[in-house]
Amino acid sequence: MSFLSSPTNFFTSKLNDALGWARKLSIFQYPFVTACCGMEYMATNCSHYDQDRFGAGFPRFSPRQSDVLFVVGTISQKMAPVLKTVHDQMCEPKWVVAFGVCTCTGGFYDNYSTVMGIDTIIPVDIYIPGCPPRPENVLDGLMKLQDKIQKGEQSRTLYDPRTKIGRPAELQAGYTIEKHIKHIESVS
Amino acid sequence: MTPLQIIQEQFAAETIETHAFRGDETVVIRPASLRTIAKYLKVTPELDFNFLMDLSAVDYLFFAGGRIQKEFRFEVVYHFFSLKHNHRIRLKVPVDEKMPEVDTLVDFWASANWYEREVWDMYGIKFKGHPDLRRILMYEEFVGHPLRKDYPVNKRQPLIGPKI
Repeated sequence: MSFLSSPTNFFTSKLNDALGWARKLSIFQYPFVTACCGMEYMATNCSHYDQDRFGAGFPRFSPRQSDVLFVVGTISQKMAPVLKTVHDQMCEPKWVVAFGVCTCTGGFYDNYSTVMGIDTIIPVDIYIPGCPPRPENVLDGLMKLQDKIQKGEQSRTLYDPRTKIGRPAELQAGYTIEKHIKHIESVS
Repeated sequence: MTPLQIIQEQFAAETIETHAFRGDETVVIRPASLRTIAKYLKVTPELDFNFLMDLSAVDYLFFAGGRIQKEFRFEVVYHFFSLKHNHRIRLKVPVDEKMPEVDTLVDFWASANWYEREVWDMYGIKFKGHPDLRRILMYEEFVGHPLRKDYPVNKRQPLIGPKI
């Protein structure tokens, strides 16, 4: 919003810009690490790739002190209520990053124990697919998250599998069990 | 005498089938005699099986692609080990589908407690006399027993996740 087009909102919009700038460069993250993606998360956080360049170097292990929830690794059905509680305990404004394909869609799991995408439980802002994602991929996701924080955008919707609303279309064209059975039949 | 030979001698009428391969011995026994034989394994000095290493189950539905039909659908498998004599034995108990129930061994081996809860959770086989037969890995609201072969592989549960 520019000064010329809307003179009355000049100060509030500039204040929001300043707030967004401050927030995006001081991300206090809560790493909810449950599986192998945690290794790649640590690699991104350490000196070689250095997440701290983006102001996101300091993990807080209390949800009440953090703004961004990093869900790193497979979430089982039994873990799901814990994740939901942690998300509820975080103060607004808060953002959620789904790190790795298991958290995005369930990944190659399609069984009795795994949650098929954490966006069925909590709203997700940034999806970083990959098994595990490369550190470059993570940093790309982090920069996209910073853009979102700067604009003051937050995801509020859950994914509904019946209407297919709430998850990016790229992630929905996945490898389903039906495709897998067809693949097995074509090979054997 | 190996443990298998001792059991065969003592409980000839109770054993259905035996198998031995390179010192790896297996006995299939009748379900009614499970507690008698288990107690004998524990208290007899020359056997002295003081360690229940593993307790699990097998579902033989669609076994070998449906080509092999077993008389009973389930089998509960016990692995015993003796720390003193350094020998092992495997006990198998056939379980019927209509009445999936066997006797508990918790009062002989305390480690059977969680194993039996796991078998109940995954296969729905009850253990008669178990002090606290609850699910151990899945949550209480879970419907069905996931390691049964007729459990749909991509079934969704009502509590969490997309309801398809």
